Amino acid sequence: MASVTLRNISKRYGDSPEVMRDIQLDIADGEFVVFVGPSGCGKSTLLRMIAGLEDISGGDMYIGDERVNDIPPAKRGIAMVFQSYALYPHMSLYDNMAFGLKLAGKSKPEIDAAVQKAAKILHIDHLLDRKPKALSGGQRQRVAIGRAITREPKVFLFDEPLSNLDAALRVKMRLEFSRLHQDLKTTMIYVTHDQVEAMTLADKIVVLSAGRVEQVGSPQTLYHHPANRFVAGFIGSPKMNFIDGVVVSANAQHVTVQISHGGVQTVCVDGSTLQPGSKVTLGVRPEYLRRDDSQPTVHGRVSTVESLGDFSYLYAESDSASEPLICRMPDGEHAANGSLAGFSIPPHHCHLFREDGLALPRTQAITQAVAPAH
Amino acid sequence: MHTSAHPALRKGTDSSPGHAASARPGRGTQRWLQSPAVVSLLLWSIVPLLMTVWFSLIRYNLLSPEDTGFVGLQNYQFMWSDPAFLPAVFNTLLLTVAVLVISVVGGVLLAVLYDQPFMGRGIARLLVIAPFFVMPTVSALIWKNMLLHPVYGLVAAATTALGLPPIDWLGEYPMLSIIIIVSWQWLPFAFLILLTAIQSLDQEQKEAAQIDGAGPIAMFFYIVLPHLKRAIGVVVMIETIFLLSIFAEIYTTTAGGPGTATTTLSYLIYQLGLQQFDVGMASTGGILAVILANIVSVFLVRMLANNLKGENER
Repeated sequence: MASVTLRNISKRYGDSPEVMRDIQLDIADGEFVVFVGPSGCGKSTLLRMIAGLEDISGGDMYIGDERVNDIPPAKRGIAMVFQSYALYPHMSLYDNMAFGLKLAGKSKPEIDAAVQKAAKILHIDHLLDRKPKALSGGQRQRVAIGRAITREPKVFLFDEPLSNLDAALRVKMRLEFSRLHQDLKTTMIYVTHDQVEAMTLADKIVVLSAGRVEQVGSPQTLYHHPANRFVAGFIGSPKMNFIDGVVVSANAQHVTVQISHGGVQTVCVDGSTLQPGSKVTLGVRPEYLRRDDSQPTVHGRVSTVESLGDFSYLYAESDSASEPLICRMPDGEHAANGSLAGFSIPPHHCHLFREDGLALPRTQAITQAVAPAH
Repeated sequence: MHTSAHPALRKGTDSSPGHAASARPGRGTQRWLQSPAVVSLLLWSIVPLLMTVWFSLIRYNLLSPEDTGFVGLQNYQFMWSDPAFLPAVFNTLLLTVAVLVISVVGGVLLAVLYDQPFMGRGIARLLVIAPFFVMPTVSALIWKNMLLHPVYGLVAAATTALGLPPIDWLGEYPMLSIIIIVSWQWLPFAFLILLTAIQSLDQEQKEAAQIDGAGPIAMFFYIVLPHLKRAIGVVVMIETIFLLSIFAEIYTTTAGGPGTATTTLSYLIYQLGLQQFDVGMASTGGILAVILANIVSVFLVRMLANNLKGENER
């Protein structure tokens, strides 16, 4: 049980420029933190630096109160579950799970107790004398977690642990991770590129991009109050719609925006830093974009409709946005391909981003109204 | 892995009669089409063996061609009483086992060493592998005349530089010299196979062991060595096949001497057949060599079978 603190952490390979800079992060004791970001953003590297598998080029890292920069992985009090599980193929499950304790010089009864306990938690106690090869993907995953549990670490590290499993098993194991965290109450750091995993598991999400921390916050905060355009576009599926516009007038409560090739839209954000005439980007999630042919503010031409059963996604090409607009609508509604469609946006469901990508604070934050407005 | 292939094979042949009439040729046609390959292979391997067996049972000396006739197992009795025979068997086994041990142990250590990143690793690896590409006679001559020679050899130069008397390696330690020469040739082979095996070790497995607290020594014994088990089996099997019949190195350096100190079974057969022109006795030696090779291979197959069974249990 320990907190993890990163202060000014940076990473460089050889003499090349830093790939990570000034990473500041506070992870409280017992927290479930998810690092999420597109591939190549440095989330795995950051995890491996916490594990001690990757050197830290600059800054200080603390696990608990101890500075761990120069402490080898085995002595940091961490345990890691790898994407490939990395089980030892020539050892039985029992030996796989006992290996760390054996090397640490623990007595036989101690090892046995720890292994049996971990195996019980994960329901693999009937498989202990098998070799990893004889197991299914999900079972191997459990063994890898079991191996981590037996070490009784202060911090668990998971490196994309579910990415090798099929969709159904992934959902099941996701719930198990959740349960495991409730049972063990140990600090857990989890790396994934799957935002559903991030949203469902995390107490706190760290969004990374190109070696920088974009935003840290609870799943709700990230969803409803993204700090910038990157986070707004990354969290949420399908992606948020981004619509170009120019400020007409702005005050601390509302901003009025002239949408390019569209109507005038009011947005409930604090616009006190904006000047009329400056370029902005409107953001609205697909579930809040409304089909509205009577008083539309945005127009588009329907290109595709994807039906998902209970609802469908409408894709429309629009001059107001560089990417097709996505609108979620009830499954009963129809839209012919190629037909014109109008959309309106509820002012309190709209995000506004300045030209540099930063979000303006929303004045009517509706965190409760997660359900679509239909 | 191997066992899993059987059901598929069986299924293939079982289901074929049903389709035979329509799609596949019938069994008779299959056999008939296979026969040229099978028959030529049979002739290739069985006929020489049978001829050798026959020659080993008759009196057949080119120096006294008039002296012929079936002698039964007399040649074998005679061979058994030959004072060169048992030393030859012993020498063959000694050479094989010694070279195996040196090349496997050395190969594993070199593979671990050359798996580490260092400057000029590519060239260094090439140099380690190079001896394998030198012809046996050439490498034997290099060792005999340029390295181990008591007057011109580099080793002698090194020992005299240290103030020690030069050693006539091939005269005083003939078997050791042969073992060194053959090991020099076969160590690169073991190294090559084991290096590729070591490179296929999953990096995350090593990292997991590192987090579990394995130091370099524990890592070697618990992770690397078990991973190499199979590759070591392959090296042992292939090398044994070649080491049992080592000839060129002995012929070019010691010619089996001094006395019978480096006479192996294959060299003894050469002496009997091509120096004493006794084809009958040489054939007897050949058959005994086949028997020896089979005894060794039974051990090998058993060892490898256990190895592969272990793989399947995973």
